[in-house]
Amino acid sequence: MNLSLNNIKSILNNNDPAVTEALAQKASALTRQYFGRTIALYTPLYISNYCSSYCTYCGFNSHHKINRIKLTPEQIDQEAGRIAEMGIEDLLILTGESYQMTPLPYLKKSVTICKKYFPSIGMEIHPLEEVEYRDLFHAGVDGITIYQETYNRNRYQEVHLSGKKADYDFRYNAPERIARAGIRRISIGILLGLSSIAEDLCALFEHLRFMERNFPGVEYSISFPRLRKIKGRDFSICDVTDIDFIKTICMTRILFPRVGINLSTRESETLRNHALELGVTRISAASNTAVGGYSLESPEEQEPQFDIADDRSVPQIIALLKSKNFDPILTDWRRIENS
Amino acid sequence: MNTKQNDSLIIGGKELKSRFFLGTGKFASKQLLADTIAASQTEIVTVALRRIDLERHEENILEYIPDNITLLTNTSGARNAKEAVRIARLAQEAGYGNWIKIEVINDSKYLLPDNNETIKATEILSKEGFVVLPYMFPDLYCARELVAVGAATVMPLASPIGSSLGLQAKTFIEILINEINIPIIVDAGIGLPSQAADAMAIGADAVLVNTAIATAENPVAAAASFAQAIKEGRQAFLTTSPEPTLKASASSPLTGFLYEDTAS
Repeated sequence: MNLSLNNIKSILNNNDPAVTEALAQKASALTRQYFGRTIALYTPLYISNYCSSYCTYCGFNSHHKINRIKLTPEQIDQEAGRIAEMGIEDLLILTGESYQMTPLPYLKKSVTICKKYFPSIGMEIHPLEEVEYRDLFHAGVDGITIYQETYNRNRYQEVHLSGKKADYDFRYNAPERIARAGIRRISIGILLGLSSIAEDLCALFEHLRFMERNFPGVEYSISFPRLRKIKGRDFSICDVTDIDFIKTICMTRILFPRVGINLSTRESETLRNHALELGVTRISAASNTAVGGYSLESPEEQEPQFDIADDRSVPQIIALLKSKNFDPILTDWRRIENS
Repeated sequence: MNTKQNDSLIIGGKELKSRFFLGTGKFASKQLLADTIAASQTEIVTVALRRIDLERHEENILEYIPDNITLLTNTSGARNAKEAVRIARLAQEAGYGNWIKIEVINDSKYLLPDNNETIKATEILSKEGFVVLPYMFPDLYCARELVAVGAATVMPLASPIGSSLGLQAKTFIEILINEINIPIIVDAGIGLPSQAADAMAIGADAVLVNTAIATAENPVAAAASFAQAIKEGRQAFLTTSPEPTLKASASSPLTGFLYEDTAS
């Protein structure tokens, strides 16, 4: 079976279990060859859920009357300290998409605070201009995550109704601006369930190839979170089965042997355990998707961005990885000052 | 003929009995790494500075490397000379000695080394007193330049890192072996003990292996097998006459005429 962008759709549509197994065997072997038996761990820190966008599928969208919170610098310090105590060294700072409530100075401040605790800092925030990304790079940001959500323009417009996020091109061109700004690691992805999986995967892979050719020095990773219910409400449009999801991971690994694949706690414990063997290289641990969820708010009092499906603690995840013969990697980055 | 007793390799003033360098990435556990180091009988292991937990949150990889082993910190993650130099200095400040393997890679897809930037970093760090072992693409001009700026060895790749494709660059490595007077350590892409033996048999001074061992079913057994192959390859090199035989063959159809008078 020769996988290419042209037969992604036929592979997804093929119901033969032998096809899935063949993909898995190949993906597993490539992952072991290029990454060995190691899995990197990170933890997300939500610092704000203010959002000016209206994404129909998101728990943080501006039309939801939820308790809006933005952490103060002191609170960020407290939350970051709490996460660092768990043993995590790679932090992902997240916000809703509000240019007004989480402007660049606030983002920079949060990075400066978190730098005290973490050798590696990534951010998942609204798309910025190149000069702003460069500012964040100099403040200490190593990686930026930005998902196009869906590459289907029509679908994109249907689900992103207002706010800056409705600007498809500004988002699509963000990875290029991030790379030009000097950021070392870029994670791109799609939200599985928003549109046709095959079409979105092809477009995502083409986007990645474009980035690799033009910015070869960047370390790339991919994520394809599935749409999750928010407190029981289902927003997905296309059904994404576990089989589709596993095939997606395997095809990514086969087409991009050295690219990182991230898996969030949106996925169940069982699925995550199996996915580790197939191509996933980095997983989140002890995720709390509520703002202030680690040390401030009791999560029950707040709307999370999505319901997490795997609530194991950092020591539990480390123990699990070891029991499955993986070396859990907490440190894989050392910041050197960039002047 | 050289014997094993006097066949040691000297790098940076250090006399090495083993010609097997071991990389420490990709192992399933740190204990497994420790067991593999023991089985390999290596005296030099390379560790990426970015994998050393300076904050001491996780089990520190260095605790699994015996004291009698020389630590060769590498600059993995550096995209240019400036960054490699910073990482080397950081490693030295952290107390990891002055042996540094320069890895400057600005291509995340193929992970090929940037020779030009590697030369710049080697020059700066050699002047600062580091023992510099640069990982490089086997290019003769660059190897000469590396010698000129003070490299302790050159470490040409056999094929792309992690590819296990073996000695794809054999011809070019042989050119370096013929022309370069500092130790040549074949690094990257060696997937089988036979390939390691082949590299040694053509005259490489040492071989560095990581992926093929770390990702083997049994890394400890694989390390022992590589160790044996490297010794055998070295022995093959030492015992095989490098010069073509000088004896004239029974007939010399092309030049025999030159000697016809004297023979008669």
